[in-house]
Amino acid sequence: MENYAVYVPRLVTRRENFAPGHRACIGCGEALAVRLACKALGQNIIIANATGCMEIVSSPLPYTSWRVPWIHTLFENTAAVASGIEAGLKMMMKKGRIAQKDIKVVAMAGDGGTSDIGLQALSGAMERGHDFLYLCFDNEAYMNTGIQRSSATPYGAATTTSPAGKVSIGQFSWKKDMPAIAAAHNIPYVATACPSYPFDLMAKVAKGAAVKGPAYVHILSPCPTGWRCPTDLSVRVGRLAVETGMFPLYEVENGKYKLSLDFPKLRPVTDYMKLQGRFRHLSEDIISEIQQRVEKEYARLKEKAS
Amino acid sequence: MAKRVGIEVSLAIGEVVKLANADVVAAYPITPQTHIVEHLAELVANGELDAQYIPVESEHSAMSACLGSSAVGARTFTATAGQGLELMHEVLYVASAMRLPMVMAVANRALSAPLSVWGDQSDAMAVRDTGWIQLFVENGQETVDNVLCAFRISEDPRVLLPVMVHLDGFYISHVIEPVVFPEQSQVDQFLPPFKYPVPLHPDKPVTMGAFAMPVIYSEAKKAQEVHLEAAKGVILECWKEFGKLFGRNYSPVERYHSDDARVLLLTVGGFSETAMTAVDKMRGEGKGVGLVRLRLWRPFPFAELRQAVKNAETLVVLDRAISFGGPGGPICSEVKAALYGEDKRPRVVGFVGGLGGRDITPAGFEEIINKGIEISQKGSDQEFEIYGVRE
Repeated sequence: MENYAVYVPRLVTRRENFAPGHRACIGCGEALAVRLACKALGQNIIIANATGCMEIVSSPLPYTSWRVPWIHTLFENTAAVASGIEAGLKMMMKKGRIAQKDIKVVAMAGDGGTSDIGLQALSGAMERGHDFLYLCFDNEAYMNTGIQRSSATPYGAATTTSPAGKVSIGQFSWKKDMPAIAAAHNIPYVATACPSYPFDLMAKVAKGAAVKGPAYVHILSPCPTGWRCPTDLSVRVGRLAVETGMFPLYEVENGKYKLSLDFPKLRPVTDYMKLQGRFRHLSEDIISEIQQRVEKEYARLKEKAS
Repeated sequence: MAKRVGIEVSLAIGEVVKLANADVVAAYPITPQTHIVEHLAELVANGELDAQYIPVESEHSAMSACLGSSAVGARTFTATAGQGLELMHEVLYVASAMRLPMVMAVANRALSAPLSVWGDQSDAMAVRDTGWIQLFVENGQETVDNVLCAFRISEDPRVLLPVMVHLDGFYISHVIEPVVFPEQSQVDQFLPPFKYPVPLHPDKPVTMGAFAMPVIYSEAKKAQEVHLEAAKGVILECWKEFGKLFGRNYSPVERYHSDDARVLLLTVGGFSETAMTAVDKMRGEGKGVGLVRLRLWRPFPFAELRQAVKNAETLVVLDRAISFGGPGGPICSEVKAALYGEDKRPRVVGFVGGLGGRDITPAGFEEIINKGIEISQKGSDQEFEIYGVRE
């Protein structure tokens, strides 16, 4: 295992297709995730990017951080734009208007652009079976506009539109299970990942890109700015999300669930939550409610994977 | 030899898209556009048109898929109507501002509420400022000819802008008309292969759709305006070339007995042919009446319009849309604005009519013209008249 840790990084390309100089916040887990994903994807891709943090930090006209072909149009339509790119390429190659080449279309969006406003377009594109990889960089709220809640915000988290108050615990609903929604489309590959596990993330992105047909990778992307945690804790917070069972890492290949990491015993959710200001206001009762729910869901996931 | 056949106009659009050898069609069904996309789906299913037909889950995604396919350099077509055009609204601005060529046929339809699948031009007026080149056609032949022209104009390297061809829902889209189709060889001669100068491709990475800070946004918008205005020259050139090849000539403003007319009616779209019948009758009775029709809506044909109406005393404008709480019809207010700076200009009287599928007969047009003359002489306390409302 030690040798693995020493040698594997040498197999990873040094080339940065998400170039340095972008304007992401200090400690941005999402920028790290995008950087790793780009390493796994290589040169022969076209990215369709939704409006959101990664779009806005990477493309102030006339500058760009992208060393691969990249298009941004709107917020909710990324999967549809990717559909058009895929269809256009396919037809132009068929008609001999461009040379045959294995070009992967990659759509990327945040949690709001995926599980809220972009869900319809994504569902349509997955159902139609386009050959594309969809990456959801989930930082659990609308961070770009100033930390507003989305359907991916965890229960009890304080955001600017789900503030904790005298009669409010913060986010009132449980995190939408987006990977399960993707898996329900019976697509060949669904996975969860986190940049705190970089090789796992790169392997899953590469696997998703290699699959013929739609693939979906949901990447938890710690956001110190929105989660109210120190900027040097992004990686640790991501690890704790996985180790507490708040964000388990798994794959769904052709409908078959497989846990990427299994823990005989999960760490208590407080290990994860106490590092983040967004959960600071929660009472023992609510934390225990969250603990029970996480254990129940983890058990359900394990059962699916068994 | 070119063939002359009786065909429903919607199907004829499918046929001409086939002749244009489109690569991608992304569309969502909505009345009265359905026959267009059904026919295209059929042509693809039968292998007669070698294209990707993307049956998207909404018009928003239809237009978004078109952005993607155009950005890789594929010849792209879609069609919609009414609510569908409204659902596309924000995407339309992106297509033009990002200079992505594509052609869209719009079977013009009224907007909800109350729900109405029938025709008027409310949908078209709502997308007036989206930066697309926009044409209004009058009949089946003109539709077919201009869908073909639209591909050539849109993809011209000097233009690279999306083009909307507006045709009246049902009144044109569902009518069976005699249409002359060009031969494939003629189409190939007229319409060169689409070559987008900066497509998305790994061999030469480009960034498309970067955001603009205030320091550069105004410049981007000015550039867009300059390009849309400059497209007019290419449109005229295209119509001229089309006339030479096919013998049918098109101009930004169509004139019908307008030179000697003291009173002119201005219409847009398929109602114009009915209006011509009224004009013929009134001229037969010795009245100095004529018709002008706007074919090119964006870029607006200022010079041609001014030239066409300069000798008239009265100009009666019919809109098939209302700007609520405003000056009446959008076309009428644009016509007034276009003429405001002229030393010699007709008095302009605005009517709104033909909403949500309400027909206007030749007798109705006669009534509108006569009422317009009366208002122009006596004045009115109304900004505009709504024609044909049952009180």
